Amino acid sequence: MVERNCREVKVREVRFLGTWDEPSDFVELTLDNPGWESYRPGQFAMLRAKHWGLELPWGRPFSISRVDAESVTFFVQVVGRGTSRLARLRPDDVVIIWGPLGNGFSAPPATPTLLLAGGMGIAPFRGYIENHPSPEFLHLLFAHRASIDFYPYLNMSEKVRAESIQERSPDDLPLIIARLEAAMDEYEGGLVLACGPTPFLRTVQAHALKKNIRAEVSLEKTMACGVGACLGCVCKDGQGKHVQVCARGPVFATADVQI
Amino acid sequence: MIDLRVEFAGLVLKNPIITASGTFGFGLEFSSFGDLKRLGGIVVKGLSLKPREGNPMPRVAETPCGMLNAIGIQNPGVEAFLRDKLPLLPWRETAIIANMYACTVPEFGELAGVLSGEEGVAALEVNVSCPNVTHGGAVFGQDPTQIRKVTEEVKKRAKGKPVIVKLSPNVTDIALCAQAAEDGGADAVSLINTLLGMAVDIRTRKPTLANVLGGLSGPAIKPVALRCVHQVCRKVSIPVIGIGGIVSAEDALEFILLGAAAVQVGTANFLRPDQSFRIIDDLPRAMIKAHSDSLGELRGSLKLP
Ligand SMILES: Cc1cc2nc3c(=O)[nH]c(=O)nc-3n(C[C@H](O)[C@H](O)[C@H](O)COP(=O)(O)OP(=O)(O)OC[C@H]3O[C@@H](n4cnc5c(N)ncnc54)[C@H](O)[C@@H]3O)c2cc1C
Ligand SMILES: Cc1cc2nc3c(=O)[nH]c(=O)nc-3n(C[C@H](O)[C@H](O)[C@H](O)COP(=O)(O)O)c2cc1C
Ligand code: FES
Repeated sequence: MVERNCREVKVREVRFLGTWDEPSDFVELTLDNPGWESYRPGQFAMLRAKHWGLELPWGRPFSISRVDAESVTFFVQVVGRGTSRLARLRPDDVVIIWGPLGNGFSAPPATPTLLLAGGMGIAPFRGYIENHPSPEFLHLLFAHRASIDFYPYLNMSEKVRAESIQERSPDDLPLIIARLEAAMDEYEGGLVLACGPTPFLRTVQAHALKKNIRAEVSLEKTMACGVGACLGCVCKDGQGKHVQVCARGPVFATADVQI
Repeated sequence: MIDLRVEFAGLVLKNPIITASGTFGFGLEFSSFGDLKRLGGIVVKGLSLKPREGNPMPRVAETPCGMLNAIGIQNPGVEAFLRDKLPLLPWRETAIIANMYACTVPEFGELAGVLSGEEGVAALEVNVSCPNVTHGGAVFGQDPTQIRKVTEEVKKRAKGKPVIVKLSPNVTDIALCAQAAEDGGADAVSLINTLLGMAVDIRTRKPTLANVLGGLSGPAIKPVALRCVHQVCRKVSIPVIGIGGIVSAEDALEFILLGAAAVQVGTANFLRPDQSFRIIDDLPRAMIKAHSDSLGELRGSLKLP
């Protein structure tokens, strides 16, 4: 299920397939497959529940976590108005979805590749690992704050070499950064892929540039359209020009973007 | 079959649904979501003579039933538009309207001169109302004398192409501004552009937008837009294009009922990227609801008490 397929992006209305055991701030959101035949891990989709009405006029962007013939899965952390509504969906509620959007991560075969995930940044790597031509070359390093049980980590760590570190207080941060940088140092000549909060990505970028390590980062910006039209989600590229994160990213080579 | 065609100001449109500037990119971003040829028209992102990088981030904020934006007319410049975008658009089938942004009267004239030489450009829309940019647009849009001058200048350079003046609601009397455009020779006016607004965050104690102020759009502004269109329709004899908070076919018909020749759909394109196409599909059903079998019959048929 890997390949790039951007031209045929459509808006679809699909059913929410799950049920929640109990209210949670971390939910796995499974929807009917909207007819996607392929996607590239690192791509995202815009979601909007049909019953939202007009109060929230924008969809919300989420990394595509995995796709199979029947369904597509996202991992959503509740942080505000839209995510709290998504976490309260009921079986068979209809969700409006457009995607897959954006570019996605590189997946070169037989290349030692370090996956750096911060918090919900782990979401796209689930599909990345499942679809990779040579998973034995992958190494996942996962930094998180909430309990590990909230993330799809255990499932992933069965498939590739993986380690996790929990930030229990801000005092842990220097240690975590040191671990990140040490791990990256092993990938000179390989590839580093990172997805997570902006400060996390800045750390990765700074170290990648300093050590001349090939790296890609997936950026997060507030998005209104998701398709490159509103110019609300821009970042600066390597030349300082504004480019749309939704259409030109969300994944950028560290040399080509100012975070 | 209800005939949805509209004709005004020398334009012939398949239907009255035009996508609004800045909310539909250059059209091409939406080509997988619907057939662009089905749209009545497309107003492209605001164009300036030179490329513009726009305002710093954050530039957009969602608000109840609406949004604020302070994009700052980021655009690749008129030359890049004509070279890279226009040839890819279905301009023979759908009216491509160029939205112009400039900071001085001569610049507006020059921009009009460049655009009016293009076969693929159906009409010029003059943005005198952009409240996002700290100098320029705002000055024109709030002063009827300036609106008339800009209109005259653009009209002079338009080589016969229809000139639409897009009005700002951030004025005391929008009908006076519409009259100034009419006096300057405008073929039509479009309204409203965004309402000046602001959002703040009590946690950071900072404005949400880097530009501090932004333009409010979306369903939240529809009542203001209807009021403005109503006032303007009663004052001028040139066609009026209604804009502001339109998300459904019913909303579009409300503006036409007040007298609008056509409408533009903006923020609704973010609800879902096929929304403008859905509104067109839904027009015949909404016409039945309005007990009307022609837009001409409905247009301006408001029953005042
Ligand atoms: C490409 C991409 C992929 C993403 N993937 C995931 C994912 O897999 N899982 C996940 O849980 N989240 C993901 N996000 C973040 C997610 O989109 C936001 O958390 C969500 O839009 C917030 O919506 P809300 O209505 O709950 O928050 P709001 O009520 O709109 O805002 C609450 C707070 O969140 C901030 N916020 C709003 N939108 C974003 C945003 N897009 N990015 C960062 N902060 C934001 C606001 O500034 C505010 O402080 C992704 C974002 C992007 C751009
Ligand atoms: C993100 C965004 C960008 C916009 N850019 C422009 C622009 O470049 N030129 C212009 O004349 N109007 C611009 N507008 C205003 C819209 O064309 C429209 O007048 C306004 O949004 C009201 O309509 P709506 O409520 O349907 O969105 C922009 C609006 C938005 C939301
Ligand atoms: S979200 Fe509209 S341009 Fe990226």
